[in-house]
Amino acid sequence: MEAYLDNAATTKPSPMVKEQMLKTLCTDYGNPSSLHQKGLEAEHYLKEARQVIADSMKTRPSNIIFTSGGTESNNMALIGGALARKRRGNHIITTKIEHPSVHNPVLFLESQGYRATFLKVDRLGHVDLSELKEALCEDTILVSVMHVNNEMGAVEDLEAIADLVKSYNREILFHVDDIQGYGKYRIYPERTGIDLLSVSGHKIHGPKGIGFLYQADGTNILPILYGGGQQKGMRSGTENVPGIAGLSQAVKEIYENHEEKRKTLYERKWQMIERLLRMDQVTVHGVREDGQNITMDDVKKTAPHIVSAGFTGVRSEVLLHALEEKGVYVSSGSACSSNHPQLSGTLKAIGVEDSLLDSTLRFSFSVNTTKEEIDYACDRIEDLLPLLKRFTRR
Amino acid sequence: MKENELFHAFLVKYAEIGIKGKNRYIFENALCSQIKRALNPLDGVYHVEREQGRIFVEAEGDYDYLETVEALGTVFGVAGICPVMVFEEHDWDTLTEKTAQYVDEVYPDKHFTFKVMAKRADKHYPMTSPEICAKMGEYLLDCFPDMKVDVHHPQAVIHVELRSKCYVYSKIIPGPGGMPVGTAGRGMLLLSGGIDSPVAGYMISKRGVFIDAVYFHAPPYTSERAKEKVVDLARLISRYTGPIRLHVVNFTDIQLAIYEKCPHDQLTIIMRRYMMRIAEELAVKNDCLGLITGESIGQVASQTMQSMLATNAVCHMPVYRPLVGMDKQEIVEISQKIGTYETSILPYEDCCTIFVAKHPVTKPSLELIENSEKNLVVVIEELYRKAMDSIEVIEVK
Repeated sequence: MEAYLDNAATTKPSPMVKEQMLKTLCTDYGNPSSLHQKGLEAEHYLKEARQVIADSMKTRPSNIIFTSGGTESNNMALIGGALARKRRGNHIITTKIEHPSVHNPVLFLESQGYRATFLKVDRLGHVDLSELKEALCEDTILVSVMHVNNEMGAVEDLEAIADLVKSYNREILFHVDDIQGYGKYRIYPERTGIDLLSVSGHKIHGPKGIGFLYQADGTNILPILYGGGQQKGMRSGTENVPGIAGLSQAVKEIYENHEEKRKTLYERKWQMIERLLRMDQVTVHGVREDGQNITMDDVKKTAPHIVSAGFTGVRSEVLLHALEEKGVYVSSGSACSSNHPQLSGTLKAIGVEDSLLDSTLRFSFSVNTTKEEIDYACDRIEDLLPLLKRFTRR
Repeated sequence: MKENELFHAFLVKYAEIGIKGKNRYIFENALCSQIKRALNPLDGVYHVEREQGRIFVEAEGDYDYLETVEALGTVFGVAGICPVMVFEEHDWDTLTEKTAQYVDEVYPDKHFTFKVMAKRADKHYPMTSPEICAKMGEYLLDCFPDMKVDVHHPQAVIHVELRSKCYVYSKIIPGPGGMPVGTAGRGMLLLSGGIDSPVAGYMISKRGVFIDAVYFHAPPYTSERAKEKVVDLARLISRYTGPIRLHVVNFTDIQLAIYEKCPHDQLTIIMRRYMMRIAEELAVKNDCLGLITGESIGQVASQTMQSMLATNAVCHMPVYRPLVGMDKQEIVEISQKIGTYETSILPYEDCCTIFVAKHPVTKPSLELIENSEKNLVVVIEELYRKAMDSIEVIEVK
């Protein structure tokens, strides 16, 4: 049996996504900028995709910029947003648990003379609103907070953050990395007060190499790519029509029967957590402060598709490869390597003990994940833990 | 300089194999076939010919000069590579004009001493070899007044040869030296993902040895990526050594047994003794005449003289350790030169640190180790057989 429990890394594209992409590769392969019929056909895909995506967020098609994916969307929001506000101020606020595609652009901006504040989070990964309030200042031009954390599934209170930021100064840009949240939650950026929002195609059963940035009306940011002036000059480069067609299809599907899908995901998550907690010396991160005694109510406050768990006395990479041999695919919280320790910043930030940093695995689900897969994965973990614990470095 | 247009042949010089007496043809044939192997993946048609103590490689039509020189530079036994200008016309005007063009392109700075060496296979040519030398020398001096003739110790020798075609050459690009692969038997290389063992394989292969390799895989403690890295390293050195048969041994169960039953400070030594035993059995099965390792005295705890004595005690075959007297930096330099360094330092561990004691023995006594191994008696035979029976063979080209 196989159990693919790494859906936060990437998801399997749906059959219809593949169909749509094939059509744009085989028949409608024109360049949307071409003046002839072939170009027009290709442009139709763009138009439709913009409409579908805009509808999913109750906004207008003109607010959608296609990018090469989450990393580009985040870079564009942060670098493009900061550059456009150079004269207004130089202070950026973000958190200690952001994905590298937010964290590293902020470090780059620091090297270019901007000043950054990295907000702490509590044991459940939540930003401290009072700390945010204190950090806001006259120079603040940009606040970037993720919606759902990719390592342990913490969900930030975007409305509260937006209210705080906008009531301090309406001019401050509020960017949300929604790469793990879009498709799992309904998100209406205009109503929430979000100016920029990043989404990636392949996390929602779409193709890799495509994503978009939502840009609210009247939000001025500078492009980071220059060239032929496509997408109103905001993102030059011939549009990735197959990717966009696939993305559009994925967006349509992900919000069909949405509540039902969310319910299923939470059931899977609950099943996994219940079984993990029955095992000896296993801690579930970021759901309840003590890592034990978790209830469904606690779980509902976290993202439906991610479980992060620490296995005392087992190196995560070894467990990962042992599970792989049994057809169970998961992620490690950090890269195991004595030469290059790259322990997770997120896990440290939520106060996971040092001894568990290198012993943490992430399990992530999709709507296709079955009960049987979770049971199979948990059975294998139960088999492996006692074996692997016998062998530790002495 | 447009080498592709200027040169259409290469004269391959070989050093050591010139002295091999009656066996010389064996070495020359091996060298020819290794040259053909190296040129095979390249675009273009090449003719490799042996004649009177040298090898000519002629490119037919379009070819890539830089790629060709690089490929010839991977062939052991090649001492030097001379790019040769080839043309059909035998008349004196063309000969002088082309030779002057050659000198002009190859030696941009004309402040050097030279002499001309001429050979005349075409005995109908109206001039003798000494005449050609003298006249050509004069012509070149007229063209390039900064050049000076020195017949005893010239800085450059301009070769002019008249055969069915005309050949002009002078500059020598150094080759790797050594002996053509295939002239010295076969050896079994213990290949890990580190910096040293690929270099050891390269160096032994340079003495004409065919290489087989063995890698000890320990899933789930080592990942598939670690194995892939070893395959990549084997592929990188196979540019020099020719195709490598890589034997992948699943070593996990043996390693776990050692971990459970033997003192921890001796884990590495005992593990290495089992690796050597397996490598030797594989060597015998594959007609190898020795084992090859990347050990260097004192580099790590398992490579002290005491440790190597303990490791070596299980082998009956010679164990060749070409890096034994080298410093790490010297080894790194070779790995950079042969292009394995970048892959070797990728961070996939080839031996998960769980099996490395924090304080391993550095001066083990053989009796001590042999005594510890007695703890394994009950289980090891079966695990050893199981490992030998489940070997995966990867043909690396």
